[in-house]
This record gives sequence, C-alpha cells and structure tokens, in this order.
Amino acid sequence: MKLSRRTLLASLAAAGGAALLGPRVAFAQAALLTKPIPSTGEALPLIGLGSWITFNVGDDPVARDACAEVMEAFFADGGRMIDSSPMYGSAQSVIGYGLNKLGYPPSLFSADKVWTSSGEDGPAQIEDSRTHWGVPRFDLLQVHNLVAWEEHLATLFAMKAEGKLRYVGITTSHGRRHREFEAIMRKHPLDFVQLTYNVLDREVERRLLPLAREKGIAVIANRPFQQGVLIRSLEGQPLPAWAAEIGTRNWAEFLLKFIVSHPAVTCAIPATSKVAHVRENMGAARAPLPDEATRRRMVAYVEEI
Amino acid sequence: MSEWLTYRLSDILPFSPQTYYRLFELHNAAIWPAQLLALAAGLAILALLVSRPSWAGRAIALLLAAIWAFVAWGYLYARYAPINRAAVYFAYAFAAEAVLLALSGALGGLAFAAPRPLAAKAGLALVLFAFFVQPLIGPLLGRPWSGVELFGIAPDPTVLATLGVLLAADRIRYELLAVPLLWCAVSGATHWAMSSPEALLMPAAGLLALVLALWRSLGKA
Repeated sequence: MKLSRRTLLASLAAAGGAALLGPRVAFAQAALLTKPIPSTGEALPLIGLGSWITFNVGDDPVARDACAEVMEAFFADGGRMIDSSPMYGSAQSVIGYGLNKLGYPPSLFSADKVWTSSGEDGPAQIEDSRTHWGVPRFDLLQVHNLVAWEEHLATLFAMKAEGKLRYVGITTSHGRRHREFEAIMRKHPLDFVQLTYNVLDREVERRLLPLAREKGIAVIANRPFQQGVLIRSLEGQPLPAWAAEIGTRNWAEFLLKFIVSHPAVTCAIPATSKVAHVRENMGAARAPLPDEATRRRMVAYVEEI
Repeated sequence: MSEWLTYRLSDILPFSPQTYYRLFELHNAAIWPAQLLALAAGLAILALLVSRPSWAGRAIALLLAAIWAFVAWGYLYARYAPINRAAVYFAYAFAAEAVLLALSGALGGLAFAAPRPLAAKAGLALVLFAFFVQPLIGPLLGRPWSGVELFGIAPDPTVLATLGVLLAADRIRYELLAVPLLWCAVSGATHWAMSSPEALLMPAAGLLALVLALWRSLGKA
C-alpha cells in the first residue's frame, strides 16, 4: 500500500493517542454514533459521504471503480447517507455505478438535490437524477442553493405527500443567503437543511443552528474541510496533546468531530476519492465526542495555527 | 444567477486536476490512430505555410475547419462535457469557429501570398510551438505521455496553432480570432482554478497574439 503524506502524518499524530486509547482495532470495532432525524426519529450515522468533485470522474473506468471502492468502505464501516446533485457533473451516474456494483446496500440513505432555475423542469431533472442513481426513490431531496426554491419546494412537498419521497430539505454553502435561508426554515416544514459548517466557518452557530434545533430540522454540514484547503493547511501541524482525550488520531477526525459534536448538527458529509480517507472520516463517528469546552479549545487551537 | 460572480473559480470548478488530465489519456486511447491524421494535417499546414501555393489559404482554412469540428465534437462535447456542463457551450463555440473557417476557406478569406512582416513570422513561431513544444509541457510536469495534448486532438495546442496561422495570414481576420482568444481565457481560468503550473500560458499566448494582430493591423509590423 502506498503511504500518503496524510496517512503518514496521521499515523505519527495518532501515536501518542494510541498509547492512551488502546490499539487501532479498538476504534474500528466501536459502533458508529448516530443522531435522530428530528421529524421521524430515524437514526443517521454522524458521517455521510459527499460527492462534489471527487465522484465527478466521467466515464473513466479506473476512477469509477475507485469511487465504488470508496463507497464499499463507507458502507462496510456503517455509513448510510450519500449526497449528490445534478450540479456535480457525472457524480450521480458514478454513484449509480457504485451502488449497482455493490448490489444496492439496503442501508443506503440517498440524498440528492434539484438544481434548475425553472420550477417546471424540476420533476424531469429529479427523474433524471433518480435514473442515474438507479434507486426506486430518493430518501431526501433538497433545493440546491435555494435556486427557484418556491417552485421546487412545492414539488418536493407534493412528492413527499404522495409517498415518492421521504424527506425534504434546502441547501446553501459558503455562508451565502443565510437571511433568506432562515426565513424559509421558519416558514416551511423542512426535514433537513444543508449548510456550510466547520471549525473555521462558524457563522451558522449564531442563528441557523439554534433555529434548526428549535424547529426540529436535521442539519447536514457541507464543506467540512473547506474543499480540502483546511485539512491540507493543517497536515504539517501536530495534533494537540489533548486530542487523544476526544479519540482523534488524525486531522480528519479532529475537524469532523468538531462539526458533528454540535448539538444541532445531524451529520457531516466529507467527500473523498480514497478508501484510506473514508476510513479516517468514519472514525469521527465513534465515541468519544468533545464537549462544549473542548470544542472551544479545538477552535482556538486551529485558529492559532 | 449573479450569485455565481461571488464565488472563487476553484469553488465552482466541478472536477479535480487528476480527472481533467486523465481525460486526455482516455481520449488519446479512444481515438487512436486519429493522432496520426492530426499529425499529417499539422505537417500539411506547416508545408503550405512555407511553400505558399496560391491555394494555400483555402486548404489551410478547410483543414483547420475540420480539426476544430473534430475537437468540438470528439473532445469537448463527447469527452469533456460529462464532467463539465459548460463544455457543451465550449463545443458550440468551437463548432462555430469551424463553420467560420470553412466559410473563409470556401470564400477565399485567408491568403498567405504577401511578404511576411515580423508579426507574421511570430505567428509561424507560434504554430511551431503549438505543434512541437506545447505537447511536451504535460510530460515535463510529470504527467504521463499517454495524456499528451496534441494539435488537432486537444483544444489548447489547436487554439495556439490556429492563432499562429491567423497571424501569418496576409490580413488579420478578427472574426476568426474571437473564439481562439476566448478559449485562451477559458483555458487559463480552468488551469488557474486547478493551480496548474502552466495556468498563464494560454492567456499570455492569447494576449501576445492579440497585440501582434493589432500591431499588424496598424501597419507597424
């Protein structure tokens, strides 16, 4: 196996923690932590799988197989939610390829989006997406970045009422349109919202996350690593000595545990094209999680770096 | 959709550099031995530019039209568009350039008979660069030879060679320069978003071609 820089650094960083927390296998065997979707109580693992960029590999058979291996490792570790969008190029069909290769794992929680400026085109786009995935119906559909949200929400709520969809949501990213996002959260019976939240992008802590708790809306956190920029910037830095106390052996776990330990956050959806990384990411869904005081220490530590 | 303007390029580029460069490997493997035809077409264009028979303008324009159409359909539409929706529009632009070149060929819009001023000679140098040097950049940067970007197959060297040909013509045809210059900007932005070392190559070459074209039009060279 090729030893990547990230793997090497993670291993070195984990060395101290391993002495306190036991052998690596202990982590692998621990059960995945879940949180309930407030509107139904259905349990979702804290870590899902995003597909932005990483799964947009076109017709490349080698890369498609690599993505299928990532999905296999994800499901093998107990993962459920895979998230995509028609905006993500070939990602939907690559997910469909992987699901077909894996025999459509029954634990799959399929999350996709509708992303077209015309409300009329929404149903056709959703059907197109469903065909790419090869699933009978989606578990969750979200209005991507609030594009034509009024028309699309009407479509999605109608689908839910007809039993063609289980959950309805909206998304934003990069901290955009939060005022409008909040207004929609207040007015409509959403099951999910998806927004950007990570150790450095915490603006949603002020209003959107408290509102999600108040309204009983599940929260999916996107851009947990700032599209890789954040984790790459930390790779050369040591984990804090107290990282072992919260069961983190690498920066991926550190950053993801910060996100999913927020009481309002249901899950985070890191994207990756590497099996080793998906395994690291899934480690963040295992106990222990940091408490509020430790979360503040995590912020201070990363901001200092 | 004005919200798009507030994003960084790297925020909206939907693919990784690995996937982008891998496209050329897959494309080269899929269309072999079309590379030999492209090479023959390139050498024919070069020979016509040097020997300059009376029909050189028509032949070069028609050869370039066929090449642009092939890149539009074969690479941009069939290969690139699956990972980048915008590539469909790039394909339309390349197809439009193919039509313009074909019309120019049919109507005798390109000629290569007049003595060559400095800017025209620079155009020939640009053609040689696109044919023989530009394809080496990827491998020199550590990318596999199987993904080499060739004139007539990949957009970038095709565009630079075309700019060189247009600079070498007796008269600057701005209607034929527009799409290649736009592509220089698009390619530069794409490589910039991918943090590619050669990000400035296409914009710099496009800017140089535009300056030389204006220089020629003003009768300075």
